[in-house]
Amino acid sequence: MPKNGSLWQLGVKFRYLRPQPGRRDSRRVRTAVASQDSKDSAIDEPTVAARFPPNVVSRGRWWNAQWFDTLQFSVFSGALLWLVVSGATGMGYNWQWYRVPRFIFEVVDGELIWGPLATGLVVTLEITACSVVLALAVGLVTALLRLSDSFAGRIVAKVYLEAVRNTPLLIQIYLFYFVLGPIIGLDRFWVGVACLSAFEGAFACEVIRGGILSVPRGQWEASDSIGLGRAQAYFHVILPQAVPLMLPPLTGLIISLVKNSAIVSVIAVFDLTTEARNIIADTFLSFEIWMTVAAIYLGLTITLSVCMSYVERRVRTGH
Amino acid sequence: MNIREDALVAGKVMIEMEGVNKWFGDFHVLKDINLLVRERERVVLCGPSGSGKSTLIRCINRLEEHEEGRIVVHGQEFGDDLQDVAAVRREVGMVFQQLNLFPHLTVLENCMLGPTKARGLSNAEARDRAMEYLNRVRIPEQAEKYPGQLSGGQQQRVAIARSLCVQPEIMLFDEPTSALDPEMIKEVLDVMIDLAQTGMTMIVVTHEMGFARTVADEIVFMDEGRIVESAPPDRFFANPESDRTKLFLDQILTH
Repeated sequence: MPKNGSLWQLGVKFRYLRPQPGRRDSRRVRTAVASQDSKDSAIDEPTVAARFPPNVVSRGRWWNAQWFDTLQFSVFSGALLWLVVSGATGMGYNWQWYRVPRFIFEVVDGELIWGPLATGLVVTLEITACSVVLALAVGLVTALLRLSDSFAGRIVAKVYLEAVRNTPLLIQIYLFYFVLGPIIGLDRFWVGVACLSAFEGAFACEVIRGGILSVPRGQWEASDSIGLGRAQAYFHVILPQAVPLMLPPLTGLIISLVKNSAIVSVIAVFDLTTEARNIIADTFLSFEIWMTVAAIYLGLTITLSVCMSYVERRVRTGH
Repeated sequence: MNIREDALVAGKVMIEMEGVNKWFGDFHVLKDINLLVRERERVVLCGPSGSGKSTLIRCINRLEEHEEGRIVVHGQEFGDDLQDVAAVRREVGMVFQQLNLFPHLTVLENCMLGPTKARGLSNAEARDRAMEYLNRVRIPEQAEKYPGQLSGGQQQRVAIARSLCVQPEIMLFDEPTSALDPEMIKEVLDVMIDLAQTGMTMIVVTHEMGFARTVADEIVFMDEGRIVESAPPDRFFANPESDRTKLFLDQILTH
């Protein structure tokens, strides 16, 4: 298969399905080449032909055509689907999709009853919401410590960052649950929140620090020169300019928080993942439930990134 | 100029630098600087680039820290035991070459931030004061705009108003017209001349020799981190003492 049509390009190509100027150019290249002998080419065509000699740029061939793109995509997704279905059939899997909806919600006697997946989703959302707030607070404090003049402050921040970034999240949650939880007396839910906040706080710190550092030095000097203190300069001058710069990477952080919140299932917090495990233990519907759960997480994260890109646009064009 | 004579007799000392030395790593930026500025005095600092002019005035509001010598500004000596840098900075306004307006605030908000946060004025008082100074720099009609919507000259005038709103006793200007289009230089210089006429103590780093001639009580010429010569404008332009000053004046006045 030619390099331009290889499978890895599928995704890239599909984002650019709108008409490409390059395509028309290359078509013109061909006509230019063809018409060079007949001497009736348009004025700009020889220049285009000179810029894109047809043997160097291989655009405009059949494997670049849209129908071929679509065909590749269909074959690829068809093959994937066939693999799952045939695999399931091969192992004699008994698909029972009809049993799934009642784990999300049920209507009994005209009354709506939420199923375990829905209540689990609510817990996941609660954990995520609490952790986002705490992680941002932890991140902000750590970032300010890292940027402070205090030697001890910088050391504390650095040790925290290295400890969190260089140990597995799973180990961290065990440490929080078995060591820190009993000492401080936190219940499961808050152990989960604390662990996720500590973990994501380290990444939030770097995002916030990057945002603060990208505000020009002159802004600090101007705040100094009108007699603002350090805290006032941060609050009124630096952070308002830094926050819009932080939003895109913070979106990624919130999304990774949603996904990482699944880790609380190991300490038996009844989040979406725990509920799914329990349902499967009862019903053996592992294919259906895991696919449903994955779809719920996917829906959640996509909704989040759409919302955040809206917020970003508002912030950027706000004034 | 007899204004200067008066100042020397009557004015209290606003800035005093004695044997100030500063290094950037191995580079000796300021060498044994001695400078005395009295109330209502206008000093112009000039010299080739890299001669330490900007560093010198940045030491005066402690944007840079000196390593040796004594700096006393508005009665406060700069040293390790200086508790409240912000308090000194409130008395020393600064205008930068790079403008450094706050881009996320309107012109009015730029001017109100200092008075409300550093001086504790109410919003209404700060607004009145901001409008008063925006009038003085002749752009009250731009108050609701953002800095990005103004021309360079207008932005620099806002920067001057922003500093004045804190009501400092000393104003520092670090090449205020160097980043501006030639057409906008005059509007900024006019505002600075107005300010000089109100009796503000000013230190101005600039290459605008016309401005220096009309406004300055004293012109200080620096080269390679040292103060080479310091004289009133008449003498400075007519009979410079050092050869380095003569060369500099030849370079900038002939073209």
